[in-house]
Formats: sequence, structure tokens, C-alpha cells
Amino acid sequence: MSSLALTHARFQLLETFRIPIALFGSAFFPSAAMLAFVVPFVGSNAEYATTATASMITFSVMSTNLFQYGVGVAEDRSQPWDPYVRTLPAGALPRFAGRVLAGLCLMAISLVPVVLIAAFLTEATVTSMQFLVTALTTAVISIPFILMGLAIGYSMPQKAAVVVAQVLFFPLAFLGGLMTGPGMAPGIVEDLAPYLPTGGAARLMWAAVGDFPYDFRSIAALVGWTATLGGVAVWAYRRDEGRRFS
Amino acid sequence: MTLARAIDVTRRYGDKLALDRINFEVGAGELVGLLGPNGAGKSTLVNLLIGIRRPTSGRVELCGGDPLQPANRRALGVTPQETGLPASLRVGEVVDFVSAHYDKPLPRAELLDRFGLTDLVRRQTGGLSGGEKRRVAVALAFVGRPRIVFLDEPTTGLDVQARRLLWDGIRSFQAEGGTVVLTSHYLEEIEALARRVVVIGGGRVIADDTVTAVRGLVATRRVSLTVGEPLPDLAGVSGVERDGDRLHLLTADADRLVRDLVAHDVAFTDLEVRPTSLEEAFLALTHEPANT
Repeated sequence: MSSLALTHARFQLLETFRIPIALFGSAFFPSAAMLAFVVPFVGSNAEYATTATASMITFSVMSTNLFQYGVGVAEDRSQPWDPYVRTLPAGALPRFAGRVLAGLCLMAISLVPVVLIAAFLTEATVTSMQFLVTALTTAVISIPFILMGLAIGYSMPQKAAVVVAQVLFFPLAFLGGLMTGPGMAPGIVEDLAPYLPTGGAARLMWAAVGDFPYDFRSIAALVGWTATLGGVAVWAYRRDEGRRFS
Repeated sequence: MTLARAIDVTRRYGDKLALDRINFEVGAGELVGLLGPNGAGKSTLVNLLIGIRRPTSGRVELCGGDPLQPANRRALGVTPQETGLPASLRVGEVVDFVSAHYDKPLPRAELLDRFGLTDLVRRQTGGLSGGEKRRVAVALAFVGRPRIVFLDEPTTGLDVQARRLLWDGIRSFQAEGGTVVLTSHYLEEIEALARRVVVIGGGRVIADDTVTAVRGLVATRRVSLTVGEPLPDLAGVSGVERDGDRLHLLTADADRLVRDLVAHDVAFTDLEVRPTSLEEAFLALTHEPANT
């Protein structure tokens, strides 16, 4: 079963690497945002630069996964190859797992420039232990966003998926407090953010890179979101019958 | 032993009825042709049997169980649409990907050799010709040493030699005990391979018989003529199309129809007798008005 997941992941990565411009696209946006916002405004303050980098990583984890899975899956489903794969003797799990693995690899690649920019062009700093914890946290917080993307991708056609991903990602980023540093957002955002997937994820990241305290209610909410989004994703996959003509 | 079965199956898409309480059964070792015009419901039936879609009501079985369960698809082989092969991947990579899903797949070299694909192994599927893609698609159905394969128009668009090669391959698969369900809207392809033909039209089974019997059923002719007066009642006319004062009559017995027209002293001009396309024959069989 697990080797089948690797096969699916390998297959996906091969397809992506054969068209390397797609890879460039997902790496471009977070690096550009780092250079445009983080480096000039908070680059010289070690604490602010570090948490801002953590926010930026959270932001790009959300946006790459939302688009990669939401739009990517919806696009795949409209290809005639997809119904064929559904006739092979494997259920949803290896395909999901394969997609997630491939997504994590691509995400890691797209985050490398962000980390390099933070290290060399800002005062942001972490200990090697913190770096390790942050890397693990990044993988963990990507799970709810991967599932959110899959839920979108499997439950609606491609054009709708593009719109829903776009409509979701900005309010999620803003209300989750990603646009502002810890404790600096407007009151309503401060109250709401810990219970949104973006806010919960950002809080975990801030705790990983600095001395922001772990908030267990926020973590519980994030776990709840993950379970819910996972349920929706599996439900959408099961009821999906590919593209429908009527 | 029955390998695939549909029992009282209805399938709707919104308010469109694609299958109307259909019953269908394929026994082990059979080579069945599934014939019908586009939109008749044959693809829907196949999609239900291979576990891509689920019935609105009724029950489908594959290898004795629900085709939606992956375990029941272990002995199933299906051709992807050849336009759907992942364009950026090489033929060998696609074969490996499919192989990984089975416990005891055919060794890659053996599969490629059997379908004449050995030279294409390093080519990206997007760069293959239509015929090459089709051969790859058919080969993929056999990767997992299936007991039952569903082939969708396996040889349309192939040149004569490639077609014969593929037909031989399908025949030898059946000779070794394999079961084949072949969908097509070309009678020729089905005639070459199948003994039993099931004709689907309007979401129902219209005929389930030997190739010879079905050939008689669909051997319809189109008799076209220009007349200024209404026609008398004519026996054996299964459909009438009007195109200005030009009439097209569909019939199984054109000779008799022409004799009747003459016997009734109908003042026709420009008489024309042509074999109909299969599509037209099906429309006549299903008693739907033919709009062409």
C-alpha cells in the first residue's frame, strides 16, 4: 500500500518536473513577497523578521496547497486519464497519500528561496533546533490545507475550483492574522484568528521559531479543522464520478 | 460463472435517463460485443461495471462483488481513452505506473513485445501517433493479467496490419480463457471478434443475439424518393424522414418496398437505395425519430 503511494507520488513529480516552469511559478510568489514586504519593512529587526518569515511560510503553504490541490485535482479530474486510474485496483488512500507526498516535495522546493532570503537578507534567526521544529511544523500545518485543496478539487469543476480557491485564500490569510505580526492585528482578527486554520497554523509556526506560547485551544481547533476537511475530502472523492455530462 | 452483471439497473444524469432498468450478464470466457450509437447508454453501462460510476437504482457486480471495491477490480483490465495518456510521461513509465497496482503484473518486456511497443518504450506518450497511442491504451488493459477486459473501440483508426495484430492478440487472450467485452459503434470490429452481440439503444437492451442475427436486424436500407402525393400504407417501413418533398424510408427489405411502390403506382422520381449507417439502423430499431 505504502509503495503504491510512492508510485503515485513519483508519477506526479515526474509530470511536474517535465514542465519545470510550473515549479518556478510556485517558488516565485513567496520569494517575491519576502523581497517586497519582509526585507524592506521588518528585515532589520530580528524578532519581527523571524515571525514575519514564519507568517510568509504559512501563507505560501496555504496558497500553494489550496491552488495545487484545489485547482490541480479539479483539472486532473477533467482529463480522460483520471477515470482510467479509478478502474485500477486501488482505493482513495494511495492516491491521496501520493498526492500529499508529491505536494510536500514541491512545497519544500518552493520554500527554499524563502528560507535563503530570510537567512541572508534579513536579521531573522533561529537555532538549529528551532529550524528542525519549524520544518516539522511546516509539514504538519500543510496537512489541513492539502485536505482543504482536495475537498475543493474533488467537489467542483475546474472553473469553480479556481474561483473558490481565490475567494478563500485572501480572507483566510487576513483573518488568520498572517498579514500582521503576533498580537498586532485588529481586535476582531485577534479574537477569531486562533480558531481559523490559517491562524492556528501561524501560531504553531510562531511558537516554533520564537517564544510565542503554544495555545492549546487553537491547536484543538486546528485538529478539528483537519478532521473536518479530511472528512469532506474523502466524501467528495467517494461521490466523485469524474466529469459529468448531461 | 458470471464475471460481470447488471441487474435491473437504472442510471440518470439529472433528468436524463441513460439506462432504463437494464439487465446484462457476461460469463467467463465469453467475447461479447456491445454495440450501439453514441448516447445509447453503452458507455454508461460499462462505466457502472468497471466501478467509475454508480447506478441510480439496481445492482452491478464485477467478479462476484461491488466494482466500487478495489479488491473486486483486481482481475479487471480497461483501456484508457488514448487521448488521455499523460502526455509528458514515457510509455515505459506509464506501464510501470499501472503495473504497480497489481500483485502479479505481466513483465514489462513481455507486454511491450506482445503489443509491438518495444521500440516506443522511451517515447513520451504525447509524441506518439494516434495508432501508437491506441496500441499503448489497449496494452494497458492487459498489464495486470486480467480475467476480464473492457475494450473501447480498440482498433478504430488503426491501419490494417496493426488491426489484425491486435485482433489476433484479443483472440488469443480469449482462447486462453479470458473474457472480453468490446464496445464499438462499428459493426465490422465486433463482427471480427465477437460471437455474441448486445445492442443497446435508448438505455435498453434492444437485441442480445449472435453476430449473424444482429447483422440481419441492423441491415437496414434507406430508400429515398421525391413524391408530390402522400404515400399509401407500406409494409416493412421502420422509419420515415421528410426533407422538403424528398422522403427517406428506412426498411429491412428494400426490394419489396420498391416493388410495393411500383404496385401502388406511386409517381416517384429520383429513386435511390443506399445501405444505412449503423446509427440510422439503431434509431429505426429504437423507433426514435431520426434527425440527421
